[in-house]
Amino acid sequence: MSTLLEVRDLVKTYGTGEAATRVLRGLSLHLDTGEMAALLGPSGSGKSTLLTILGTLMKPTSGSYIMLGQDMIAADDTALTDFRNAHIGFVFQFHNLLPDFTALENVIFPTAVREGRETPQARDRGRVLLTRMGLAERIDFPTAKLSGGQKQRVAVARALMNSPELVLADEPTGNLDRASAMQVMDLISEINREEGTTFLISTHDEKIAAVCRRQIVVGDGVVTG
Amino acid sequence: MLYGLKIATRYLTANKAQTALLVAGVAVGVFIFIFMSALIGGLAEFILSRTVGDLSHITIEAETDDPALLISPEGHVLVVAERGRTRTATLAEAATWLPLIEEVSGVRAVSPQITGAGFLTRGAQVAQVSVTGLELGRESAILDLAGYMVDGDVRVGPGLISLGRDLVDDLALSLGQTVRLESSKGVAAILTLSGIFETGNGAMDGARAFVSLSTARTLFEMPQGVSQIEIKLNDLNAADATALRIRALTGLDAVPWTDGAEQLMEALNAQAQTGYFLKTFALITIVIGVASALLLSTYRRRPEIGIMRAMGAGRGFVLFVFVTQGALIGLMGGITGAALGYLALLPFPPREAFRPGMLPLDITQGSYGLAVTLTVIGAILASILPARSAARVDPVTAIGQ
Ligand SMILES: Nc1ncnc2c1ncn2[C@@H]1O[C@H](COP(=O)(O)OP(=O)(O)O)[C@@H](O)[C@H]1O
Ligand SMILES: [Mg+2]
Repeated sequence: MSTLLEVRDLVKTYGTGEAATRVLRGLSLHLDTGEMAALLGPSGSGKSTLLTILGTLMKPTSGSYIMLGQDMIAADDTALTDFRNAHIGFVFQFHNLLPDFTALENVIFPTAVREGRETPQARDRGRVLLTRMGLAERIDFPTAKLSGGQKQRVAVARALMNSPELVLADEPTGNLDRASAMQVMDLISEINREEGTTFLISTHDEKIAAVCRRQIVVGDGVVTG
Repeated sequence: MLYGLKIATRYLTANKAQTALLVAGVAVGVFIFIFMSALIGGLAEFILSRTVGDLSHITIEAETDDPALLISPEGHVLVVAERGRTRTATLAEAATWLPLIEEVSGVRAVSPQITGAGFLTRGAQVAQVSVTGLELGRESAILDLAGYMVDGDVRVGPGLISLGRDLVDDLALSLGQTVRLESSKGVAAILTLSGIFETGNGAMDGARAFVSLSTARTLFEMPQGVSQIEIKLNDLNAADATALRIRALTGLDAVPWTDGAEQLMEALNAQAQTGYFLKTFALITIVIGVASALLLSTYRRRPEIGIMRAMGAGRGFVLFVFVTQGALIGLMGGITGAALGYLALLPFPPREAFRPGMLPLDITQGSYGLAVTLTVIGAILASILPARSAARVDPVTAIGQ
């Protein structure tokens, strides 16, 4: 197994002075290509913070981060934007989809924004992905008309659009009922098995975490298990 | 950037009512802009044609010689020759200049004239008149005499005279009757009334007589030359420049109508300034409206902007999406406002038919292209601030909201 990413001694402090909160306190983590890992820990333990840093949306206060052999700390905003577009997919808990666009338009966004237009090839791949997510009937639906579970499956399809090496999912099933949550998780593990895409999924739900092969527990700002 | 255009369009169509309201607001501003342009332009046109339309645009008058002085070597004035009362100045070589002046670009008509004062006698009645000798066939070159004719013929041949309606009434004259005209030189002629005009101008209708140039030569003892040359231009705004050119060409003292019309020009200028002021306000209103609406939209769409940034949309892309929305609003509002302005101006008569008492709105002076261009530029400028704040949205806090 080859190394996908490596973070060392991550420190993240929000705010300054009296109001400063040290969320990460020297956290180190290693992920190999093809892993399917759950990120566990109580609410407020820093799961979202870690995912945000791994997703290059925020820089840590200190520490190192290498992904695919590249230094993510030194890179500038433009380089990180392109890197994210090509190598990292996101699934968030809320505010996942662009509300004024259809399911297909949402899914092909990462390709369209890179190419400057919606190509027929991108549409074809978007349809394949949506079909795979069990949404063949909902391809041209406005996202507002989709259920919570359907929305999250559209988000997963979009995260996979540019065939990224890593998909970061921050409580992707937090808003879903048990059945919908399990359906999303099953699809994710299927993709992981078949495509070798690495998934890091934060959750505080043991049943969801059980679907993953590895469990990473965060506590006191470091990995505890 | 085709994709950015798609996103911008979708954002605008997603909120149809809001967009329609915004476009309507912009259109109202553009409408005011166009209405003001047409009004200020039409008003200036109207005032100018009222005051200058019948005047000569450039006049060349014969220079009366200054009184001759005889001055002693010590500087004392020894003799002053009094200026002769009856001496009329002449443009002796007028005949040689006329073809030259006619060739100057922008000159529509040239009218050599002999002017002077005289007394008109009909039986026991006497009236003082100011006499203008016009070249046969060029009677309407400066004053639209043909247009003002109410009876008879505009052509003043030898032995004929045209008089104003008021004067004709005062003297109880009728067409074909004869009058005696005695000039200030003491020369008299018996002339037949061949035309009656009515201009609406009291001084003109009550005390003006038009005769042929040859009749005037006899009356004012001017065997050659003329006393003045009046020039009409295609564009009365070109008077200053054209007068300069004629002066350079002929050495004659060509005076544009704007000399001595400073007050009129100042008034027109002030009016134009007021127009600019109001138009600027219309544009500022548009800019503020677009900026605030887009700022609100930026704020509402923060989470989406965060998602787009996370998906690999650059700051430039976000900037483009919001600036494009501004440009589209400006374009739609501009075109709608321009179209409404045009439609609203259609029922008003063209400027040739302006009459006192109605709004002289000139549909051809709506500055439609300028209004749309300025609106689009204004809307783009207005969208820069919201677009920049959109581009600066921090994806983390936006998504976390
Ligand atoms: N932008 C922020 N500013 C200040 N404090 C923050 C910010 N984001 C998160 N925190 C704090 O950091 C801690 C960890 O938050 P988070 O990473 O969201 O944890 P989790 O996702 O595990 O619930 C919490 O105490 C939270 O209040
Ligand atoms: Mg969280």
